[in-house]
Amino acid sequence: MDKRADPILDIRGLRTIFRTRGGEITAVDGIDLSVAAGETVALVGESGSGKSVTSLSVMGLLTRNVGAIAAGSIHFKSKDGAVRDLVTLDDEQMRRIRGDDIGMVFQEPMSSLNPVFTVGDQIAEPIRIHRDADRKSAMNSAVGLLDQVGIPDARRRAGQYPHELSGGMRQRATIAMALACDPTLLIADEPTTALDVTIQAQILDLLIKLQRERGMGMLFVTHNLGVVAEIAHRVAVMYAGRIVEEGPVAEVFRNPRHPYTLGLLASMPRLGDATRMKQAGQKLAAIPGVVPSLADMPDGCAFSPRCSYAIDACRAAVPALAEVNTMHRSRCIRWQEVGR
Amino acid sequence: MSAAPFLTIRDLAKHYVSRGTKLNILEGISFDIAKGEVVGLVGESGSGKTTIGRSVLRLVEPSSGSVEFDGTELTTLSAAQMRRTRPRMQYIFQDPFASLSPRMTIGEILTEGLKIQGIGTRKERMDRARNALVQVDLPAEAVNRYAHEFSGGQRQRIGIARALTLAPEFIVADEPVSALDVSIQAQVINLLRDLQQRLGLTMLFISHDLAVVEYICDRVIVLYLGRIMEIASSADLYARPQHPYTRALLSAIPSPDPNAPRNRQILKGDIPSPANPPSGCVFRTRCPVALEACAHTVPELREVSPGQFKACIRDDLN
Repeated sequence: MDKRADPILDIRGLRTIFRTRGGEITAVDGIDLSVAAGETVALVGESGSGKSVTSLSVMGLLTRNVGAIAAGSIHFKSKDGAVRDLVTLDDEQMRRIRGDDIGMVFQEPMSSLNPVFTVGDQIAEPIRIHRDADRKSAMNSAVGLLDQVGIPDARRRAGQYPHELSGGMRQRATIAMALACDPTLLIADEPTTALDVTIQAQILDLLIKLQRERGMGMLFVTHNLGVVAEIAHRVAVMYAGRIVEEGPVAEVFRNPRHPYTLGLLASMPRLGDATRMKQAGQKLAAIPGVVPSLADMPDGCAFSPRCSYAIDACRAAVPALAEVNTMHRSRCIRWQEVGR
Repeated sequence: MSAAPFLTIRDLAKHYVSRGTKLNILEGISFDIAKGEVVGLVGESGSGKTTIGRSVLRLVEPSSGSVEFDGTELTTLSAAQMRRTRPRMQYIFQDPFASLSPRMTIGEILTEGLKIQGIGTRKERMDRARNALVQVDLPAEAVNRYAHEFSGGQRQRIGIARALTLAPEFIVADEPVSALDVSIQAQVINLLRDLQQRLGLTMLFISHDLAVVEYICDRVIVLYLGRIMEIASSADLYARPQHPYTRALLSAIPSPDPNAPRNRQILKGDIPSPANPPSGCVFRTRCPVALEACAHTVPELREVSPGQFKACIRDDLN
């Protein structure tokens, strides 16, 4: 069954702009993306690709008077089954959804944790606000959540302050906070980027387990293709504000059909293979040039100046997303020739 | 390593006292680097890899131990003597945004070291700066521009060019590609490897990314909580890791290869604090194969096969 038939999150034609001194720039330019219950979708890209702006747009956390949604819809199905367009909601309505129907985890746990409150109080807070629970039962739920996210000695830890916890423990605590009200959607924006690799493995493992147990949808924003392969069912690769390739992770990584995805995968040194490459005198397949500035985008396909497949037609118009198959799409007019 | 070592580090230690607590940042670090060799230092936060790199150049003063560079003991040199040695040893920093002054032109940044060393006339120094820019594939005219006019990858090239103007023989590269986007990382890795081979540089390459280290380094040193866990050639370390920590570290790295085995070995717990390191083997509190004995003795770094050393008492694993 196509999970997209009944998405909990359905983004259509999202366009997010920023007002700068130099004028308006388009950070996200017409994104279509959906997440079904029980599904993890990774949004992957480099700096300035628009991946985080997309997630901020969904959460309604764009900086007021600077960032704004200029077009498109973000339909979200909340716990009660009601489907609403988040773009049309006011601040108060969004606040009720955030932390209740949508949980959020960010790269830096200290950006979500308040240093002057205990960890337990902070996890209990959304339960008291959204669930109308009394202080004691909210605290008991908080301790239960800390236990679920793998914090040993949860009751003692609940009484501690964020600075008394290690980086990995803090990220577990923010996950507990995000899950406090049983959200249907978890948005995780680079949640393991600041962590050491052995701690990253723990957190990824935890998120996979929680997502399965709870049947949540998860929108996972990352720059790390290895992390995508570990955690996601589907992947959307972003470049310069647009999705350039989308499909099931195994399919996209095995059979990339956009030159940018192909280039990203080829440019990473592979563990266990790098010695052979070095001995054979092979260079890493770097992508030439730099990511274009959003204020100064090339005509047509934004990747064309760096693309070895580019022809005149690529510069003439922005390519549409072409169907490679029913699940897999590429924004490249030469996708049939692209491959490994 | 048949040739005499170019850099010899023996029993290097670094302790800090912070609010009355002694922190053991490095303990008993010994290794050699041969001329023209690239040695990788890998480890997670608190492993001490950056402290080793900085101690070698005396950007931090080691608490004890010896650092011998091309026959000269560096730890006892006076400031003036050290300054005379510095042109031969250069440092490349991680953050290309923080390490270049926004107020100086690229030319001023690149010639600053030469000026301090009193090398050449102004014109000769600028020629060297232009030449260094060309070596890192940037236009020579960049000398008249400012850092903010360049992208992250270009800035890191400028950081590399700055190290090259002094024609060093030895470079410490501290996470030189970690702040860069994936598509730019490969460009800078290729450049560093190219320069190293072309100029015959000896390099200490510090990174938390084991795949990058495998590609660029001849030998790798694995650190955990300020101690060496394993030393091996890149070929051996990745094909036949011997220390339980090296094995766990390698298996924790997420691979984008859909065919890669997903049997990750997940280490429990956190990296302990250097204020309170475990007794015996510092890794034992997270080690999946630790024994009672591991708490009692600090394992010696022993050669377990030619050129491969591990600090672990378990010889019965495989």
